[in-house]
Amino acid sequence: MHSFNASMIKEIGKYFIFLGNLFINRETFKTYYKLILDECLSIGLGSLFLVALVSTFMGAVTTVQTAYNMVSDFIPNYVISQVVREMIVLELAPTIIAVIYAGKVGSSMAGGLGTMRITEQIDALEVMGINSISYLVLPKIVASILMYPLLVIIAGVCGMLGGYLAGTLTGIITPNDYVYGLRSSYNEFTVIFALIKSVVFAFLVASISSYRGYYTQGGALEVGVSTTQAVTTSVIAVLIADYLLAQLLLAK
Amino acid sequence: MIEIRNITKSFGDKLVLSEVSGVFEKGKPNLIIGASGTGKSVLLKCIVGLIKPDHGQVFYDGRDFYESDRDTKTEVRREMGMLFQGGALFDSKTVEENVRFPLDVLTRMSRSEKMERVNFCLKRVGLENANKKMPSEISGGMKKRVGIARAIVNKPNYLFCDEPNSGLDPQTSILIDELIQDISEDLDITTIVVTHDMNSVMGIGEKIMFIYKGQNVWVGNNKDITHSGVKELDDFVFANKVMNSLRENNA
Repeated sequence: MHSFNASMIKEIGKYFIFLGNLFINRETFKTYYKLILDECLSIGLGSLFLVALVSTFMGAVTTVQTAYNMVSDFIPNYVISQVVREMIVLELAPTIIAVIYAGKVGSSMAGGLGTMRITEQIDALEVMGINSISYLVLPKIVASILMYPLLVIIAGVCGMLGGYLAGTLTGIITPNDYVYGLRSSYNEFTVIFALIKSVVFAFLVASISSYRGYYTQGGALEVGVSTTQAVTTSVIAVLIADYLLAQLLLAK
Repeated sequence: MIEIRNITKSFGDKLVLSEVSGVFEKGKPNLIIGASGTGKSVLLKCIVGLIKPDHGQVFYDGRDFYESDRDTKTEVRREMGMLFQGGALFDSKTVEENVRFPLDVLTRMSRSEKMERVNFCLKRVGLENANKKMPSEISGGMKKRVGIARAIVNKPNYLFCDEPNSGLDPQTSILIDELIQDISEDLDITTIVVTHDMNSVMGIGEKIMFIYKGQNVWVGNNKDITHSGVKELDDFVFANKVMNSLRENNA
């Protein structure tokens, strides 16, 4: 137990040193500008289809399940879409999509950097006098922070659209009731809260996955191990941050 | 000129390098030779700063690398070019982009100046028509040559080659060796080559350091290597059947 704690503290320390290295000995803005654009395209466009698909089905399922649990005739139907809105905006869009984001984007970041490490491409950058952490990882983190909130917004819209389709096509709720429910008792802070969460999750997934990939040691098998560790650690970090943010920003 | 003093490195309990010292001269290839697992590549990585030695000093034309501040280290590193064992080419970039990479990131040259320099370097290594090829589309020997072109594109003062002949046929090996020798002489730069290939040793070994069990046990050149009188070196040199038969014929 003692050695586990020691290695855990060592790992956290190494992670923070890694983050500190992002900001030293940087290259020119022009160099980063192009790299960030490339990463934005890869992260944003590459994840769009999966995010839209998952969130649409999440919204549809949430609608059906909420309707199933509403057994009292005293509760108006538009409450279904109110519940769907709150669930999607507060939790499903930022957090569940973050888990999927860690699986797709985080694993790709870790795998890419791990392969660069074992094929000495990172060493090649270092020998050229380029700070490889800053050059390779900073654009990934910046692009992730820029793109993930947009993906969350798209996920929110798709989720509510999925709920609308499932609710109206199956006759659970009328279109007017659904839209009325979405608009009633709306608290805009929930959207701000979702965006704050998305920025934090984007940073955690990108930085943790990059950290795992960057320090890969060994061969192809170890790249696989780093990729798995990247996803596992990112998801754990996202869930802990999710709880802490809810406690900090929503607790009364 | 590069000078190393008392380089020592351990990994855990295992002592890999023990008090290795030596001088690597300008304008010719300096070879570090030895059997597999003797610490040659670790020594090279200590020299270029990829692995920090437990103690010891590395001087680049008088500049103490490990005692320097971050800016001086970066300055020294930008004077280095390195050919890695596997080439270490960026696999998502074309040959041309790989060679141009140091110029893109480290210089403010115009695009036409960069292309002129890239084409010059590719021509220098005999790859005039490979600009648009991806690393996955070229052979091992070509990858090494692209690696050399990338290493020299930013006009380095120091060139490092880690096992430049590994995995290559004898003919291509000779070409790579000659290329390294010509570049070292033409550009008048300090070149360090890590190898265990006896063809390279006999071909371009104007200055040789023999590492045995992490220690520098002999320094000389390819003319002296066959009669060094050092048993460990004789065992290494004459393990090669061709060298051994030459010795027997001479005897």
